[in-house]
Amino acid sequence: MTAIAIRTLNLSRNFGNVQAVDNLSLLIPKGIVFGFLGANGSGKTTTIRLLLGLLEPTSGRAEVLGFDTRSHSDKIRQCTGALLEHPGLYERLSAEDNLEFYGRVWRLPPAKRRSRIKELLNNMGLWHRRHQSVGGWSRGMKQKLAVARAMLHSPPLIFLDEPTTGLDPVAAAALRDELQEIVAREGVTVFLTTHNLVEAEKLCQQIGVIRQGKLLAVGHPDDLRASAGSPRIEIIGRGFTPKLLDWVRSQPLVSSVDINGNQLLITLLKQTSAAPLVRVLVQAGVEIEEVRKGSATLEEVFLTLMEVP
Amino acid sequence: MITDIWTVIWKEWRELLFQRGNLRGIVLSLLPSIVLFGIILPSQIGRFWAESGLSLGLWGWLPMLPVTVVIADAFAGERERHTLETLLASPLSEQAILFGKVGAVVGYAWVLTLIILLVGLVTVNFVHGHGKLLLYPVTILLGGMVLALLTATLLATIGVIVSLRSATVKQAAQQLAFASIALTWIPLFGFGLLPTKLQASLLESVNNANNTQLFLISLFVLAVVDVGLLLAAMARFKRSRLILD
Repeated sequence: MTAIAIRTLNLSRNFGNVQAVDNLSLLIPKGIVFGFLGANGSGKTTTIRLLLGLLEPTSGRAEVLGFDTRSHSDKIRQCTGALLEHPGLYERLSAEDNLEFYGRVWRLPPAKRRSRIKELLNNMGLWHRRHQSVGGWSRGMKQKLAVARAMLHSPPLIFLDEPTTGLDPVAAAALRDELQEIVAREGVTVFLTTHNLVEAEKLCQQIGVIRQGKLLAVGHPDDLRASAGSPRIEIIGRGFTPKLLDWVRSQPLVSSVDINGNQLLITLLKQTSAAPLVRVLVQAGVEIEEVRKGSATLEEVFLTLMEVP
Repeated sequence: MITDIWTVIWKEWRELLFQRGNLRGIVLSLLPSIVLFGIILPSQIGRFWAESGLSLGLWGWLPMLPVTVVIADAFAGERERHTLETLLASPLSEQAILFGKVGAVVGYAWVLTLIILLVGLVTVNFVHGHGKLLLYPVTILLGGMVLALLTATLLATIGVIVSLRSATVKQAAQQLAFASIALTWIPLFGFGLLPTKLQASLLESVNNANNTQLFLISLFVLAVVDVGLLLAAMARFKRSRLILD
């Protein structure tokens, strides 16, 4: 049986008339990176606050690492790490002092604290800057340090709330790589909120999509793509005549046909073999260089879910 | 919990003392208070500084200055610099965070007061000693140390309550300035507003009372008020409330 890191059952939280989280039921196994996708104000941060026991749910319940968020929130905070909306670093302190403080908070013995701080700062490429006040650092460096802080006590679960927001593309890619490496090395479960779909696709083994507090879909990125988007065939070649395109459009399983130079994009109503279509096109004189079968991108899945009334 | 309180105090002192970067910065930041209250004032007041029981008023008043300057930052500063939520997401208990914040400021103000009073004693001896060693009488020394601790705690706790409710450090500092002005002037104005007969009878009672007894009662009242305010601060300090503020 797979061990469960996070379990929520009809978890809800409202602020006055605003339903921030609405009957959220989730089951997240240990050892994976779970991506929680949603637009701004969709309830991602409130969910993290509920899971950390920083907010009480209006109704429903949640368990994190087997601890109830209402009755054992202190234990949850003891065995999790978090990078929340802001890096949360003390800018007047040095990088080393920031980690030293949280190392003391998590009661790491002095020798362990020192070696762990060195290890993490080295891994993040920040060791040579350890005596600098973090106030003068770039946002990317601060985010790296905040990730190191979240990992300091080697927690089995960490919460990362939009860790690459506000970073330039290079810094974001660098942080993603660091995250991927560190997650693989430490075998930690990650609850990651983001609205960056590339990030979600690259890092996550499971994805949940939330809108206005409601969970709309959850599953492996490939499953989400397969379930939400129509299958399609992309054919690269020459010789697509208008008559031929009309014939393709008339086929019963074809939903739409788009031509863009020498690229023909056929959207199908359901999964089917591309071979009969390709055979007809070849017989009609089309010079085919490449045929690719695909499904919707995660971005298309996300946008489709956001548009559903 | 004691370990956690010390952890918070460690962080607060580190932030407070090293915000100027190094030891020279720390000394420079403390120098004006030490020069003004440890050298200029005692050299003008003379032997009275060390020998009179009335100097106890100074022991009670001095720690209020550093507390007023620092305490506004306690929670409003964490909120303003977006470090509060991360701190609340740590396993530190609410009491450890609160007592650590109060303890750090009280400790800072108390130690600074003792340094100023020590420098003041050296100054008085140097300027007015005429070869004879002047020392604080033991009763004044002990009473003054306790009084300094209690007044620092009083203002620090009021400051924490104000800081917990303020969105910014500026707002907290303004409210705290009003509070400290009120603390200083309301008793004086209030006394002036009393009927003349009552004023006279109160003054007579004070004059006739045993000074030590009166001082001890004042310390007790101050301690009770401190405990009451700490309990009020604990009631106000709730993670879920702070997250939403």
